[in-house]
Formats: sequence, C-alpha cells, structure tokens
Amino acid sequence: MGAALKLMRREPAVPIAGCTDVYVSLNFGTLAAARFLDLSQLAPLRRITVRGDTLVIGATATYTSIIRSAHVRRRLPMLVAAAREIGGPQIQNRGTLGGNIANGSPAGDSPPVLAAAEAVVVLASADGDRRVPFADYYTGYRASVKRADELIVAVEVPPVEGAQWFRKVGTRAAQAISKIVMAGVRSAAPRLALGSVAPTVVRLPRTEAALAAGAPIAEAQRVLGDEIRPIDDIRSTSAYRRRVAANLLARFWADTA
Amino acid sequence: MKFTLNGEPVDINAPPMKRLLDVLREECALPGTKEGCGEGECGACTVLMDGAPVCACLVPFAQARDADVLTIEGLGGDHPLQTAFIEHSGVQCGMCTPGMILAALALGPRPSLARVRAGLAGNLCRCTGYEAIYRSIAAAWARQGIGDRVSDRAGKGAL
Repeated sequence: MGAALKLMRREPAVPIAGCTDVYVSLNFGTLAAARFLDLSQLAPLRRITVRGDTLVIGATATYTSIIRSAHVRRRLPMLVAAAREIGGPQIQNRGTLGGNIANGSPAGDSPPVLAAAEAVVVLASADGDRRVPFADYYTGYRASVKRADELIVAVEVPPVEGAQWFRKVGTRAAQAISKIVMAGVRSAAPRLALGSVAPTVVRLPRTEAALAAGAPIAEAQRVLGDEIRPIDDIRSTSAYRRRVAANLLARFWADTA
Repeated sequence: MKFTLNGEPVDINAPPMKRLLDVLREECALPGTKEGCGEGECGACTVLMDGAPVCACLVPFAQARDADVLTIEGLGGDHPLQTAFIEHSGVQCGMCTPGMILAALALGPRPSLARVRAGLAGNLCRCTGYEAIYRSIAAAWARQGIGDRVSDRAGKGAL
C-alpha cells in the first residue's frame, strides 16, 4: 500500500482492480491514459471485516465476495441485494465496490445503498487516511472530493437500524443499467436514496420527513414527485422515473411494514 | 508471464494491458473464446479463472499471472456438456456457446433450473431463446457416471 500511495503522489496513475469499467473505456479508445496501478494483488484492500460494530468493506472486495460474506449478509443485506443485480456472475466475480464508487455513474447500484446506510468512504494518500461521509463524497456528475493522488481503500458502514430494502428497475433482470434504483431503511427515521434521478445519488429528506411524520403513502408520493428532478435520457424518461419512483416508495413501505 | 492454461503451465509473452481474450486467441492460438461485445455485456468471451467465470475481454493479461485459466479448448471437444449442446440443439450459430458451456461448468453438478438461469444471466444468446441451452445442461448431467468425468475435465478449482 505504501508503495502504491507513493506512486500515486509522484505521478497519479489510473487505479485498476476488476477492470469492468475503466478497462472498457481504455479498449474503446475513450480513456486517454497510459499509466495504470493494479490494486488487485493488495490483499488488505479485498478484506471484509467488522471492527467494533462497524462493517469495513475493502475497496477491492468483489461483488461475489460481498454476496458471500456473512458479515455483509447480516449487517447490510441491501448491499447483497444490489450486488446480486449488478451485471451477471462474470461481472460480480471481478467488479469491486471501490470501482463502483470511483466510476461515479449516477445510475450506479451501490451508491443508493451506501447513501441510505450513511456509510463513510476511506481515502488514502501518501499523507495518510481521511474519512468522507458518503453524503459529502460526490460533488456533481461523476465528480467527487477524491484527489488525483488518493485511493479509495475502504467503505465503513455503521450499524443500520431498521429493515433494509433495495430495488433496481432496468430492462432485464441482469446485465442492465438502472432506469431507477432505490435503497431504503424503515425505522422511526426512515431513509431513502435514489439513483438515476439526478447527476449523483440523492437522499430524499422531504420524503423521509413526510414518512417519519406518519403521512399516508399517497402524500409521501406527492412529496417525492416534487423532490426529484429526473431527466429524459437514453435509458428512460422523466415521467417514467417519477411514476416508478412513486411505485417503488409504495412497494418499500408495504414490504417493510 | 507464467500461468496455467487448460491444465498446463505456460509462459506467454504479451503486453500487460492486452486483453486476455486477445492473448488467448492470438499468442496462445486458441480462438474458441469469442468476442461478442468487448465490454463485458454478453458473456461470449467467458473463461474460467481459478474456477470462476469471468469475461476475458475485461481481464488485462497481467492480472492472469499465476492464475488457472480454462477455455473451451480445455474441455477436449467431447466433454459431456459439449456433446449435450450438440445433441439437444443448444447450439445454433455457436458464438455464445463456449461462454455458455464454461459458465454452466462452473455451476457444478446437477444445478436446478433457477441456478442455471442465475448462473447464465451474464451470457446472452441471440439464436436459441435459451430453452434448448437449459435442456442441454440438464441432459449433460442426466447421463449416468457423468459426475467424475466433468470434474476431471474442469481443472483445478472448478466443482
């Protein structure tokens, strides 16, 4: 790790691990980079452990290892649910949580889970580690607070109170990019996070407040409709996303009752 | 760079960021692994790496160091899965077939239909509609005495 961080400080390279995103861009000629730092052999980055009551998922933990992890299944089952719906087995065997975060797609499947879990991203550089609450990590479309010389090394997840829920809506059951993706936690203080409705993953504080105040679902759906500003794009329309988001909210509420 | 290919230790020279798919087809002269999309969306290039299905188009050659790689050629041509796909019309154009067979092999003995569907979710077929593929996999395991032969051919790490 030390050598990797010194390398990144001297001349930042593109970090690679599972190669399911960045490597595609390289092969299609849309990534103009010549230097790559292969993180896949750094064993500590792959680990999934529990420290005290914090779940610590290493940045290069693959989706398959997340799905199989007793720690994640017990503490963050909505991440297992998300990992099962990313790509297919081949992608899950290689793709990593850190890579998903770093790729920063607004349609990413793990960010809503991490946002709803109020996870913390651990960034490392030659100067040491720093921790960024997930809510503060993204600053805009595919932009984050991560500096060029930093590596994502882990995600730390505090205990999540309440029933966890995840749903991804795409064109197929597998190998689909989300049209809309939602993660929720049901408790006295419900949490909701949505992907594919904004340039970044978003929490829904007004909808959450309505639910916490005991508003009927129809009212919470109305608040949700006002709270999000989805766009028409290659995968879906604004109207569809609004409608399906409202449906997912009702489904979340019914499923976790 | 040293790795194990279809059960044999090999030492292949190729650029580290070259796709494993291309190294297999070119430097290793094994064209059985097909390119369907080049971006990990179709599974046609599926190989087993340390027993796990991966898209060879998404593996930089350097990451195959010391790995146990199994391609369709490693099944010998008369593997029960290969025979079953032919006998039960699991093959039409054949582009998806090597990937399908290797993904199926990784599932181990007598997988349920639900496990087959989930296990092959990363392999797309434009010809068959999938039903004949599922029948072929079931048929491969239905023959008596198959279990040991399949394990023998699958190489280290596969079930």
